[in-house]
Formats: sequence, C-alpha cells, structure tokens
Amino acid sequence: MLEQYLPIGFMLLIGIGFGLVMGKVNEWFGPKNSNEIKLSTYESGMPPVRSAHERISVKFYMVAMLFILFDIEVVFLYPWAVNFRELGWFGFVEMLVFIVILMLGFLYVWKKGALEWTGERTKTNNSLLNKKVV
Amino acid sequence: MYDLIFYFFALITLGSGAVVVFSKNIIYSAFSLLFTFFGVAGIYVLLNADFLAVTQLLIYVGGILVLLLFGVMLTNKVIDVELKTGTLQTVPASMIVAATAGVLCGVFYITDWRIVPSTMEMNATTAELGNMFMTTWLLPFEIASVVLLVALVGAAMIARKDKSMQN
Repeated sequence: MLEQYLPIGFMLLIGIGFGLVMGKVNEWFGPKNSNEIKLSTYESGMPPVRSAHERISVKFYMVAMLFILFDIEVVFLYPWAVNFRELGWFGFVEMLVFIVILMLGFLYVWKKGALEWTGERTKTNNSLLNKKVV
Repeated sequence: MYDLIFYFFALITLGSGAVVVFSKNIIYSAFSLLFTFFGVAGIYVLLNADFLAVTQLLIYVGGILVLLLFGVMLTNKVIDVELKTGTLQTVPASMIVAATAGVLCGVFYITDWRIVPSTMEMNATTAELGNMFMTTWLLPFEIASVVLLVALVGAAMIARKDKSMQN
C-alpha cells in the first residue's frame, strides 16, 4: 500500500535536491564580480524606500480568508472529480447545485466590495512611490 | 519499514510542535507549524486516510497557515521585540494542561481500540467518499455549501462594515 506513495516520495526528494543543488552550483561556479547596484534589493527596479519590516495591509487577510473558504470548496470538488464519469449527469447536477449556492456567496462578496483593492492606505503609498521614482 | 516511516513522521510532528511552543519568536513558531501539519499529513497517509491527508495539506498548509502568517505579519513588526512570547500565568495554565492531559489519557485507556493489522489491504478512500457524497450523504453535502455560504457572507460583512454604512 505504501508503494503507491513512492512517486510522491521521489517528487519530494527531487524537489528538495534540485533546490539545494541549484543553489550550491550557483554559489560554487558563478562569477563573483558584484558592485553596489548588483547587490541592491531590486537591481533594475524601484529603489527601496523604507524598511520592508512593516505591517502589511489588512486587505491581505481578507483575501486569505476568502481563499480558505474557496479552498474548502475545492476539497469538496475533489472526491466528485475522481469518479466524475461514474456519477454522470446526476452527479453533475448535484455539484452544480453546490456551486450555485456558493456562487451566491461569491456574488455577495463581489457586490460588497471585499474584492476591491482600493483604500486610503494604498493610495498614499502609491503617491509616495511615484514621487520617489520621478 | 512501516514503523520506521511512522516514527519519522511522528518525530517531525513532535519536534516541530515543540519548536512552535518553545520558540520565543512568533514567526519561527508559525513557520514551524508548517512541518507539524506536514507530519500529521504523513501520519494520515500511514493510516490509509489519503483523502484526509490531501485535505490536511490543501486546507491547513495551503490556507490556514497562510492566514496565520498574515495574521502575525499584520499585527505588528515581525522582527520586533514586542512579539516575543513569554511565560506568564503559570499556575492556571498548568492546571488547565493537567486537566486536559488527564481527560485525554482517560479517553486513551477507556477507548476500545479495534486495531486492524497494518498488512491489511485497503482501497483509496477518495473515490469511495465521492460516491457516498453523491448518493447516501447528499443532503449533508449540499448543506456544507450553505455553511460555506454563511461563512463567506459573514466574513465579507465583518470586514467591510464601513463601506455598507457609507452606502
């Protein structure tokens, strides 16, 4: 029974190994002629304005919260999708009812503006960044 | 071999769990929780509960942990001194811990463990679960979507109270 999980184990090993090996190869064989600009956080991007260790916006929390709810929806989709062919149209209609009920919630969230990414804080941040760039 | 894998996952779970509890830096605790969840998922796999393992990875590692990290990051400066955890209220805490541990141990001894030999062949549970959701347990399945709907509406309402007042 555990043999079924062998591919997942290989996948895990390859993933960890690939990450380690690539990082180390880069470190050993890569040319090391760096200057101040190359070592900056974003080499060709915006100059870092302030410390990155600051409070992040509450909006991220909102998005993460909504994400979990739709994540749970996906968990319910998964056992249905595994035997989609067996269940046929009957299963399809059942799943449609499930999705439609959740879609009402999605519409509510949309109308409520919880997915909008505007607010005082982001506006001021953007204007600050624009000034620095210009 | 089976026992070896079990102890490997148990070690991961308990070790990272200890880091979660004992680490002074809350962000280390949060990241250590990732390995705890992973270890628990591995133990689910060993118990032939493959669907539960996938759910554990999908919801706890993919969702709850991200939410937790956001929660940590948006409450305060992460590398700040303020977020260090300390030991306080030792007496009530140890009383509650003793009571919980007592109840758990009691349940552990009372429970009639019907142990299935680990060599027994078991089928993948996901397809079976899907069939049951769509036939025997259809109503609970559809009610689950209503519960999720309530959670969605509630989350949106709490988070966006100010906007509805303006409208």
